[in-house]
Amino acid sequence: MQWPISITVNGVGQTHEVEPRLMLVDYLRDVLELTGTNIGCDTSQCGACTVLMDGQAVKSCTVLAVQADGSSITTIEGLAKNGKMHPLQEAFWEKHGLQCGFCTPGMILAAEDLLSNNPNPSEAEVRHGLEGNLCRCTGYQNIVAAVLAAAESR
Amino acid sequence: MSNYVGTSARRIEDPRFLQGQGRYVANVHLPGMAYVAILRSPYAHAKINSINIDKAAALEGVVAVFTGQDLVDGGLNPLISGWNNPDQKNPPYYQLALDTVRYVGDGVAAVVADTAYIADDALQLIEVDYEVLPVVVNARAAVEDGALQIHEDTPNNISFHWPLGDQEAMEKAFAEADHVIELELVNQRLIPNAIEPRAAVAQWNAMNEEMTLWTTSQHVHITRVVMSAFTIGIPEHKLRLLAPDVGGGFGSKLCHYAEEDIVAWIARELNQPIKWVATRSESFVTDRQGRDHITEARLALMSDGTITGIHIKTWANMGAYVALVGALIPTALYLTSISGMYKMPGVFGEVWGVFTNTAPTSAYRGAGRPESQYVVERLVDLAARQLDMDPIELRRKNFIPADEFPYQTPVAIAYDSGDYDKVFDKLVELSNYDKMRQDQQAARDEGRLVGVGVSGCLELCGLSPSALTGSLGFAVGQWEFADVRVHPTGKVTLHTGVQPQGQGHETTFAQVVADEFGVNLTDIDVVYGDTATVNQGNGTYGSRSAAVGMPAIVMAAEKIRAKAKKLAAHLLEASEEDMVFDQDEGKIYVKGSPDQSLGFGEVSFAAYAAHNLPEGMEPGLEAHAYYDPANFTYPFAAHIAQIEVDRDTGEVTLQRYIGVDDCGVIINPMIVEGQVMGGVVQSIGQVLLEQAVYDENGQLLTGSMMDYALPRADDVPNLELGFTETPSPVNPLGVKGIGEMGTIVALPTIANAVMDALAPLGIKHLDTPLTSEKVWQAIQSSENGG
Repeated sequence: MQWPISITVNGVGQTHEVEPRLMLVDYLRDVLELTGTNIGCDTSQCGACTVLMDGQAVKSCTVLAVQADGSSITTIEGLAKNGKMHPLQEAFWEKHGLQCGFCTPGMILAAEDLLSNNPNPSEAEVRHGLEGNLCRCTGYQNIVAAVLAAAESR
Repeated sequence: MSNYVGTSARRIEDPRFLQGQGRYVANVHLPGMAYVAILRSPYAHAKINSINIDKAAALEGVVAVFTGQDLVDGGLNPLISGWNNPDQKNPPYYQLALDTVRYVGDGVAAVVADTAYIADDALQLIEVDYEVLPVVVNARAAVEDGALQIHEDTPNNISFHWPLGDQEAMEKAFAEADHVIELELVNQRLIPNAIEPRAAVAQWNAMNEEMTLWTTSQHVHITRVVMSAFTIGIPEHKLRLLAPDVGGGFGSKLCHYAEEDIVAWIARELNQPIKWVATRSESFVTDRQGRDHITEARLALMSDGTITGIHIKTWANMGAYVALVGALIPTALYLTSISGMYKMPGVFGEVWGVFTNTAPTSAYRGAGRPESQYVVERLVDLAARQLDMDPIELRRKNFIPADEFPYQTPVAIAYDSGDYDKVFDKLVELSNYDKMRQDQQAARDEGRLVGVGVSGCLELCGLSPSALTGSLGFAVGQWEFADVRVHPTGKVTLHTGVQPQGQGHETTFAQVVADEFGVNLTDIDVVYGDTATVNQGNGTYGSRSAAVGMPAIVMAAEKIRAKAKKLAAHLLEASEEDMVFDQDEGKIYVKGSPDQSLGFGEVSFAAYAAHNLPEGMEPGLEAHAYYDPANFTYPFAAHIAQIEVDRDTGEVTLQRYIGVDDCGVIINPMIVEGQVMGGVVQSIGQVLLEQAVYDENGQLLTGSMMDYALPRADDVPNLELGFTETPSPVNPLGVKGIGEMGTIVALPTIANAVMDALAPLGIKHLDTPLTSEKVWQAIQSSENGG
């Protein structure tokens, strides 16, 4: 059985027929070929697949594509504008907030959600706000520094 | 123009990761590709009576289903051990089990389908008749007489017994000791959990009989040799392996894995591109796991604080089979450095590698060295307590003095360089140690359980001298390879045999190249992780990239500079001996006449234009080099932690963490600091949170990220880090490894801090992880607790 969905992804309207069980992350990766959203655990524990759905961070491995019908999705590919990286992307680069890069797209989108709700967070608030996203490389310190720097620059 | 080494250059590789353009294996998509899912044993030990694949094969969208027998019949040979200790037993490790499964996760069948979803559906339709067998999961229990035998011809489940050192000297030290410090400890099993799950994609070209395999590997060349010579048998020149971007490794992507063979074999069998990506549940049960040592240790001590000997017995849990480098970790990477930073005459240890019904163990960040340094640093801490000495003072009293390097230890190896007082001096200053102790006393006076723990550590790293590791058991060489190609316009492509999984090689290796020729960082491209473009290599593990990979660049660059000087001399009509290669400015000039010069780009162009070359000179400007070091390198560190234990809940709060590391000459301070940060936090995971728990049936109880507690952002504090630089005399750059030290040193540092906090309660030792429950229980049953 196929189900029709219409989703705006990074500002572009998309219409497809999908299996009802298709996960949003697989829709993004396999149907739209937007592979920037990574799958780390398939069980919503690591946060690597975090995207913004109508501005809110969601773990796209536990959202069905049909649930996203009618919504607007922002993935990591949609953050840079006119060839210029988003302030969070710049800050992660500047502060060495990434190593292997696998958690980075989800981490940045979770941080974007955090900053949109709390534009001037404390260090503790950043750490708490990102506790749904695992990073095995950086020890988080430079990620936290990057989010604080991005908040400063906004 | 140049002088990039020593600067915190922003990472060249970052823009693609930041914008979702990482080249991970799971992103490889090929036309006509089919997907593999693997049926895993739900039992830790069982006989397979039969496998019925009919229903699975009949499902719409299923292309094929294969069992272990199909693979054997199709010419696939079992996995091998690449490190072989004397008399080591390596029972066959089939990619898919034939008649017996020996751990939960052991492969049983492989389904190929049009989509990953259908492949997963089909797994549920395979019917396996298992006859469940008894299970042993603990290494000490497995060696007992009468324990069940997991493999044929392996009495007491022992794969190998590896003694090292001078037993007589050790016994003499203990006979003459004023005090003997004894400790039994468990270095718990850990699951690496790189955030990128393992994956493999294979494409067979039937016309040319060529295989291309994308794989999440830390060493594509070694895996290619293994697959060519031992498992699938595709000739090496017809087998291309690529590991473009790898999303974290930490040793777990070091071994050659069954799935690499399975995917390649199926792609050839079906003549169709094939993809497999592990689920996280699969990662938990099939990725190589780390540590899992049971150790009895003792330290010989004189009343004045002089340490005279150490004696170690360790039972290392190898899991159900010997993984590719599984037998290296608890032997040459463990016992060789059990005397740590300390000078002592009586050093002896022995290890038993033991089979159990658990996932195979192998390298996990630190790999053998967190185990050794933890043992010695816990013993030294207990020695200080025994003598009521300050733990730093007792350490200083026993350090190998700075003027005795290179220092031949009583066992096998020689430390290249060190200045252990220097890192402790800096640590004492950075941490304000005396004040920490005063504050601790004030807190204790209030009845609070505050602890301060220190540890020094060193790391045998930079694998390594090929002749030495070959004599100890390694099947392959341990040199490294660099191929430096200067293009006609003076741009440079470096092909290196090491390959990052997040360490930033594209930046640090470019920094080294830039300084060799005096060119811009942006004029350099670093290529790795592809056997077709990089001729040879041994990959990245054991903190070897800088110490072994970078010197090969220097050797190749020297050849290029020599040729460039010869050509420049010819073009400038000067004597070759008078030519100076200015590595700061990127130009070649005549000594004493700097205006008589040619830019590096001009010489490069002339080398390829070949209009006017000296007689006998071939066109072109490129060189490769193999670097086989004379020794390992030995970075070292001194760290301190302040923790507080909540007496009511047992919760440990890490209040301050300060570290000083010395990895020789630093190429990029930002990246080096990042390596220490990440390493320390992984170790915080080991000390406070993480443990792979198998129940008595061999079921992994911690098989998800909900059950296996990885450190999250709000579990850890900001670290305060400092560095000293004691160059290594081993290599021309003076560099040592840094990838693992944080993981090695934080374990004893924090464990010592917690034990220091609990000392007033008479608690001597608790095994990690020091969870709230464990600490609370200890407090309840302690003499002064409750």
